Amino acid sequence: MSRRGRPITSPPRIVAIPAVIALLFLGLPIVGLLLRAPWSNLGAVLTSRTSLDALRLSLVTATAATMVAFVIGVPLAWMLARAQFPGRRLARALVTVPLVLPPVVGGIALLLAFGRRGIVGQYFESCCGVTLAFTTPGVVVAEAFVAMPFLIITVEGALRVLDARVEEAAATLGAGRLTIFRRVTLPLLAPALVAGGVLTFARALGEFGATITFAGNLPGVTQTLPLAVYVGLEGDPSEAVALSLILLAVSVGALVLLRDRWLRTGASA
Amino acid sequence: MTRAMPVPSVPGGRAPAETFGLSGRIGVEREGFSLDVALDVEPGEVVGVLGPNGAGKSTLLRAICGLVPLTHGRIMLGDAVLDDPEADVMMPVNRRGIGVVFQEYRLFEHVSVLDNVAFGPRSAGSSRAAARLVAHPWLDRLGLADLAQRKPSQLSGGQAQRVALARALACNPMALLLDEPLAALDASTRLEVRSELRDHLRDFAGPTIVVTHDAIDALVLADRIVVIEDGLITQQGQALEVARRPATDYVARLLGLNLLRGHAIDGEVTVDGGGLLHVADRSVFGGVLVAIRPNAILLHADRPDGSARNVWTGTVDGIEVIGDRVRVTVVGPPTVMVDVTSGAIAELHLARGDRVWLSAKATELEVYRG
Repeated sequence: MSRRGRPITSPPRIVAIPAVIALLFLGLPIVGLLLRAPWSNLGAVLTSRTSLDALRLSLVTATAATMVAFVIGVPLAWMLARAQFPGRRLARALVTVPLVLPPVVGGIALLLAFGRRGIVGQYFESCCGVTLAFTTPGVVVAEAFVAMPFLIITVEGALRVLDARVEEAAATLGAGRLTIFRRVTLPLLAPALVAGGVLTFARALGEFGATITFAGNLPGVTQTLPLAVYVGLEGDPSEAVALSLILLAVSVGALVLLRDRWLRTGASA
Repeated sequence: MTRAMPVPSVPGGRAPAETFGLSGRIGVEREGFSLDVALDVEPGEVVGVLGPNGAGKSTLLRAICGLVPLTHGRIMLGDAVLDDPEADVMMPVNRRGIGVVFQEYRLFEHVSVLDNVAFGPRSAGSSRAAARLVAHPWLDRLGLADLAQRKPSQLSGGQAQRVALARALACNPMALLLDEPLAALDASTRLEVRSELRDHLRDFAGPTIVVTHDAIDALVLADRIVVIEDGLITQQGQALEVARRPATDYVARLLGLNLLRGHAIDGEVTVDGGGLLHVADRSVFGGVLVAIRPNAILLHADRPDGSARNVWTGTVDGIEVIGDRVRVTVVGPPTVMVDVTSGAIAELHLARGDRVWLSAKATELEVYRG
């Protein structure tokens, strides 16, 4: 293309070099994964007992963690966005901590809170006989801890930009707070709920550090896909690659769902 | 005061059992802003609240419908107290039964026109099907039946305005508040929507308050006008009365309109009391009101030979200085008020009793059914 007609705001051509390097850096590992995958005996690896257990456990726990996030995370987002209460800024900061905290540290923190000797966990143990650490529910706890902030932050942000004037109009039509939330706010939040939910699910599915620290690595009980990949890498690398493919497929699926379904229509609506 | 199943007051043929007046003193104090307005609106009466931006018009409406708490005063609907800070009574927005048409309409973009209108009945506890049954006659009545399945984003400004009105009326409200109901419309649809709106407001049995900063909206829609400036009432009275005798510069500028009653045939209006005016709008027939802004009329010492289609003579009856302008009353027929600059007075050597020529372009004359 000639110099004429190139807008002044477009970058100089030299910028293309580091840009291409960055793109290759991000793309080559995926290519490697696809090239080295044991395509010939993929079926056998994926239908092995370990793989199926890990896949099932991952799907169940990530779904449960996402549900937990919706049940308690959306109300928190609502409060953070719309309620006036002391310590709101602190609460908002607290929500972002799991995002930046190394997951292993999160796992240790969870142990100290909800483990058998933890500050809260010991009472769970003594009064209700509930043990979280090193159990399947513990996996859900670890995943929810790490992933829920994605939902809270997405929904809170959407609530803050949502036009409260429409909700006022609903009130003048006789709707109470809950009716307004159910019939006006939630439908308007749908794109954010889906986006936040998909992000949360994807993050929960890939969770490794907090899970292995808090819930351990028991096949069939707490060994999720990422943990199985890690174990596989030490024994049978081809199995690790095959399992990685599943995670890749699910992640890309989530991304496509976000982009095509909601991010675009959500932005234009 | 009870709010039973909403029954459409007109389409269903059943009028509300009782109507109540809206009255009270609305006091709202905020940092750097205060509103203190006493209002008394009879059932069936339409009060136009006029005022410049920031005068407190919207706050007044928000206080009446319950979106802003009073800091002093009291609002009553009949015998029911809506807000009384001294008695610590505040009825929540959703229980006041006051319909509001907001300036930007605030329709629910995620549901159809039908479900927008059915929202109120549904919130009152009706099933979806029952709420739609209540909504349908309102859609018919406001000419929206064909648009029932549309989403609000697919509506024109005038249509959205009617949906907002239908949505408020479908709740069978005890009172109706409209905040700048025509401000979001472009000039061409405004005229039509305005006269439609006036007809709908006349059919409403409860008290109605229309907030606007447009003089013609207020004059057409309202039986009585209340002017608010800086949070206080500066003038109120019958529309024509306020227009004739502006109490402040703002009112004079905004509302000092010439309103002439007459009879229109094919773009020619025979003015009651004498005189013939040409108007651009040929679609209006019969009894009409013609509005002419005082600054749209020009004064001349001799017969003007410009393109203006309305040219007549009169005698200067009064010269009054209001703010930075001079208002000259010229006895016609038709008799009108003309705003000129003080420079023009000097140039024309105007004095009481002088004979002058007047001219006004047909396009400057607004005509509507009166």
